Amino acid sequence: MAEKEITLMKGNEAIAHAAIRCGCDGYFGYPITPQSEVLETLAEQKPWETTGMVVVQAESEVSSINMVYGGACTGKRVMTSSSSPGVSLMQEGISYLAGAELPALVVNVSRGGPGLGTIQPSQADYFQTVKGGGHGDYRLITLAPASVQEMADFVDLAFELAFRYRNPAMILSDGAIGQMMEKVVLPPFKPRRSEEQIASECPWATIGRKGGRKPNIITSLELRSEEMEIINLRIQAKYREIEKKEVRFEEYMTDDAEYLIVAFGSAARISKKVISIAREQGIKVGLLRPITLWPFPSAKIAELGSRMKGILTLEINAGQMVEDVRLAVECKVPVQYFGRLGGIIPEPEEVVEVLKKMVK
Amino acid sequence: MTREEIIREENLVYKKPELLNDVPMHYCPGCSHGVVHKLISEVIAEMGMQEKSIGISPVGCAVFAYKYIDIDWEEAAHGRAPALATAVKRLLPDRLVFTYQGDGDLACIGTGETIHALNRGENITIIFINNAIYGMTGGQMAPTTLLGMKTVTCPYGRDPKLHGYPLKITEIAATLEGTCYVTRQSVQNVGAILKAKRAIRKAFEYSMQGKGSNLVEIVSTCNTNWKMTPEKANQWMEENMFPFYQLGDLKDNGNK
Repeated sequence: MAEKEITLMKGNEAIAHAAIRCGCDGYFGYPITPQSEVLETLAEQKPWETTGMVVVQAESEVSSINMVYGGACTGKRVMTSSSSPGVSLMQEGISYLAGAELPALVVNVSRGGPGLGTIQPSQADYFQTVKGGGHGDYRLITLAPASVQEMADFVDLAFELAFRYRNPAMILSDGAIGQMMEKVVLPPFKPRRSEEQIASECPWATIGRKGGRKPNIITSLELRSEEMEIINLRIQAKYREIEKKEVRFEEYMTDDAEYLIVAFGSAARISKKVISIAREQGIKVGLLRPITLWPFPSAKIAELGSRMKGILTLEINAGQMVEDVRLAVECKVPVQYFGRLGGIIPEPEEVVEVLKKMVK
Repeated sequence: MTREEIIREENLVYKKPELLNDVPMHYCPGCSHGVVHKLISEVIAEMGMQEKSIGISPVGCAVFAYKYIDIDWEEAAHGRAPALATAVKRLLPDRLVFTYQGDGDLACIGTGETIHALNRGENITIIFINNAIYGMTGGQMAPTTLLGMKTVTCPYGRDPKLHGYPLKITEIAATLEGTCYVTRQSVQNVGAILKAKRAIRKAFEYSMQGKGSNLVEIVSTCNTNWKMTPEKANQWMEENMFPFYQLGDLKDNGNK
């Protein structure tokens, strides 16, 4: 068996390489720090000469997401990437994608806000992502990578989930994972789907009504309230199915744990260091890392929470996911939050101090 | 004679284009949209592109264009149709891709998408219905509303001190390197309709030949919000719109 090729690259570069390798048909993006390497890597790789993947630098994030919408209508694997302020601009388009039930991938390499904020890493877009930053009752399948390897692996997974459920998917990363270099094994090459495959797998796609079939019309508009309610109920039923089937998480040292840290992405990596220091000092603590932020691993947290003395959420924001953790355990366990703001990454030692106070 | 005998092929002098769906239109009687829909339907059929056409409808009166022309359609967010069209045409280069947009959609909220799609030279056609008003939302001032013209948001007439000037986006488009064919047409009488049809055909053909982006503006009426009869609206358009929005080709690089 051939050995897997290990390369060293940034998280943003891994996104670009993974996109080319997983049969992505089109990327539409606009530069913004700290994610610009995605578009730069694609431009440098020239996939239009190899796989035939289209790469367009748009005039704005508003345009990017609407290019993604147009491309998604054709049943192709299309994506964009941006960082927090740019993703804010995309919210209308994301709502349209969800409303029209279109599969697409949006990558957010998030940075500190609000406003223009900072270019340093942050997890402050949790609410925007999982509570619906755009208008209307919709959900975004959200994957939170904690390593460069997961940046690469989640591109194909996000597309698979997006197409399985005809719903946009988000990779919610941050400036640390986007910018840091790590070892990565890139996914194997997978060919782009042929037009015939798309026509059969996506019978809804607007690719021209070949063979005299009925026209396909993609819209999120329905002026009759009774009809619109039926559409909404159908979409909600799909969301319940996703919540049932697609929850993903990682458990770390929870078997004997008396305390639980819940953290995702970069904060989960820091948490592992926290756990090693805390355990040396006799605090039995474990980690639950949600990989899908929506659907959220509420049931798992409730189950673990029932045998914990306390839960700490570590977030690089002002305390957003903590609300969902409290809901999950229905306040039967004390849940505390710790985090840093403004683009500052929490130090493991300061988190250990918080744990020590919890234990007292 | 029976009805069947009367409608025999050799007796027909005019019929509804096959691609125009046999459904009631929501457009007001006298509106220009129906005529332009008919022309697009005819041109697509004459080019044999029924199975290869993708239309992008706007937000505005023409939001339901997808109900009327029997091809695949995508309904865009307000102003973003050229962004959708860009992606569709890049992903499916052998398809006929066009947007159908009003003045509020194209020349106001979607100015950025319009200018940049045109300037990238995307091989698409933008059909631009300019009736100088927001029709669907009830007759508000548009970027193309003429000076002095009354709307519900400039009830005393458009005043440049308060509202700025009407935007000639088609003239701007003609200056862009990426555009191949930029023209301004109208559909108020048979002669104008035939010219407009030729312009749409030319734009569609250039887009299929990969010659760049194409913009066909149709100066139109909105008799409902202009509060005129259809006939009076056409007359008002000729007297007031045409001097400012002059008809004809602004650019034709198709044979260069």
